[in-house]
Amino acid sequence: MDLNYSQDESAFRDEVRGWLNANLPKDLREKVANYQELGREELLRWHKILAKKGWVAPAWPKEFGGTGWNVVQRYIFEEELGYVGSPPLIPFGLAMCGPVLLRFGTAAQKERFLPRIYNGDDFWCQGYSEPGSGSDLASLKTKAERNGDHYIVNGQKTWTTLGHCADWIFCLVRTDSNMSKKQEGISFLLIDMKTPGITVRPLILMDGGHEVNEVFFDDVKVPAENLVFEEGKGWTVAKYLLGHERMGTGRIGASKRELAKLKAFAAAQTGDDGRPLSEDPRFRDKLTRLEVELMALEITNLRFLDQMRRSNQPPGADVSMLKIKGTVIQQTLSELMMQAVDPGGNGSFTGLAKRYCNMRKTTIYAGSNEIQRNIISKMTLGL
Amino acid sequence: MNFDYNEEQQLLADSVRRFLAKDYGFEERKKIVASKQGWSDKVWATMAEMGLTGLPFSTEHGGFGGGAVDLMGVMEAAGEALLVEPYLATLMGGRLVARAGSEAQKKAVLPGVVEGKTKLAFAHAEKGARYNLARVAAKAKKAGSGWEITGEKVVVPGAPAANKLVVSAQTEKGLSLFLVDSSGKGLKVKPYLTLDEQRAGDISLSSATAELIGKEGEALAVIEEVVDFATALVCAEAVGAMKFACDTTLEYLKTRKQFGAPIGTFQALQHRMVDMVVACEQARSMACLACSKSDTHADARDRARAMSAAKIKIADNCRHVSQESIQLHGGMGMTEELKVSHTFRRLTMIAQQFGDAEHHLARFAALDKA
Repeated sequence: MDLNYSQDESAFRDEVRGWLNANLPKDLREKVANYQELGREELLRWHKILAKKGWVAPAWPKEFGGTGWNVVQRYIFEEELGYVGSPPLIPFGLAMCGPVLLRFGTAAQKERFLPRIYNGDDFWCQGYSEPGSGSDLASLKTKAERNGDHYIVNGQKTWTTLGHCADWIFCLVRTDSNMSKKQEGISFLLIDMKTPGITVRPLILMDGGHEVNEVFFDDVKVPAENLVFEEGKGWTVAKYLLGHERMGTGRIGASKRELAKLKAFAAAQTGDDGRPLSEDPRFRDKLTRLEVELMALEITNLRFLDQMRRSNQPPGADVSMLKIKGTVIQQTLSELMMQAVDPGGNGSFTGLAKRYCNMRKTTIYAGSNEIQRNIISKMTLGL
Repeated sequence: MNFDYNEEQQLLADSVRRFLAKDYGFEERKKIVASKQGWSDKVWATMAEMGLTGLPFSTEHGGFGGGAVDLMGVMEAAGEALLVEPYLATLMGGRLVARAGSEAQKKAVLPGVVEGKTKLAFAHAEKGARYNLARVAAKAKKAGSGWEITGEKVVVPGAPAANKLVVSAQTEKGLSLFLVDSSGKGLKVKPYLTLDEQRAGDISLSSATAELIGKEGEALAVIEEVVDFATALVCAEAVGAMKFACDTTLEYLKTRKQFGAPIGTFQALQHRMVDMVVACEQARSMACLACSKSDTHADARDRARAMSAAKIKIADNCRHVSQESIQLHGGMGMTEELKVSHTFRRLTMIAQQFGDAEHHLARFAALDKA
């Protein structure tokens, strides 16, 4: 047993860290550090810098631009991205549509879409949830009717993150309503957001931010060549993708950075007794428990990576626990920041309180933490 | 990076688990606990044969030169089986001699430990000291060429079994360690059963003959080191006990029926079961950290920080897993009849052994500030 990274891995980390520090634009770094919203152009600017370096899609096969890194190197890279405080790499193209096309797409689809995803020419979003289909995703109703060489799509998607920035949306749609099981008769369609009949309406979150949208489809004409995999087999694609989504939700690098920031912040705040808040035993205990929780998450994550590296198997249902733990840590970090700030400064308090409000989303999105428990219960425990 | 046991460690863990499954089942253990002595000479002899009593001692004293990681699988198996033999107490005593003693003292004590002939205990805690390792009132003074100790030690694990005791006491120069023969004059042990069915004792020393181990007045650092080592080992033991609590609770959820269905079909219970399993995995991660840091650390601060972090998590999760295992078993969990209630008691004790979560929260914070 050896919990330390090898010399090669440490050297790799140094290389990544050095490059990121030298190449992450200062204005983007500051915006991330201040929890400011980033627009399409800012997100794509960072995407393109990484694409130019050849690091934007490490997990992809080499022929499509992947780096050939093993799972541990990929983890180190992701951790460093988070630790340096880079803008998020929007996952919908790189980590979702891309892997789906690599696994299920035709040669023509790969050729058409993958290079544009890689280079940041197309901005993607995800059309999964509907007003009546949240956790019960398979109950979705948005309908696609085949009409010669195209589909006609009608219905509504919701919680569409960055839909207002997107050029394309990948959607789960119902192509057959007469199946006995709700998971059957679903298809996976790629839809150009500029197609007539699509309307995007913002959903403003409680912190005032515009991240998510409703997307309405009104007789939207989609070429049949944009169907991925077989008609009616979209659920197979969706399940494959959900597994992908869970692996990256630990956000350990970003949480480490936030923890360091919280500690420094608490040391700079004054407690009731005039001493630094970080020395207040009640606050201090919360801080330490959080730090320990993050240590436990990091080691658990490394244990899973070590297993994956050795077995060469994709992650099992146990990775759901990384999502459960990682998101609660992110929430607690934002909660303690809000608790730590001097209540005498309304501006600084409100900013941190908005961050706290925003972070409530983490235990809801990407399969709520209750759904993650269902997954472990069913897949790992056999209940 | 590598989280697996090496081949030797795996083989040892497997053979200990097999041995305990065969000879240390719940019924056999009950008999041992109910016996007057409270531990089994036969089991101890087998443990010595398997090399367990020699594992962490150097080869020149007959041992195998192992560390905490080598003991991890053994302790995990001990946790699953709820071993009540005075194993940890003996390892701690031996470790103190090995770290602080002279070559002659090591030669006099350790081979006997390795061979399974000598059992040891560390008589340190005193009334009112809580988890503060520095708070010792027992006094030692020079008597001829040796020393004499006077004082009271409480809840010393393994004391009734021990042939020799490692005793802490204050001299003019400060905290020091001594070796005391259990059968010597001026020493009385009041034995009893602790909550987790292990044997411990209160020790009364009245001018008891003692032999100084290590440098007079400089014992605190080595005590901290050995207590950290033992902390890492109980972290591993806790993982085994938690694993059993999870496995047996899961089994119960699948077999116990109410409202015409196994209770494991109810989501309210499924989610709680998942949280127990997650807690057990997190505990395992921290036990890996504790044991590997016990073996390899940059300095005492690095080691202490990791050990306190691990113990905070282990203590919290011992409570969580043990409490939930009883609740999910319902009334049956409350009874003596199921092993899970015995596991509950051991987990309750581990949560506070060598410092509860609050003690380690304070220690971690102090180390961070320093």
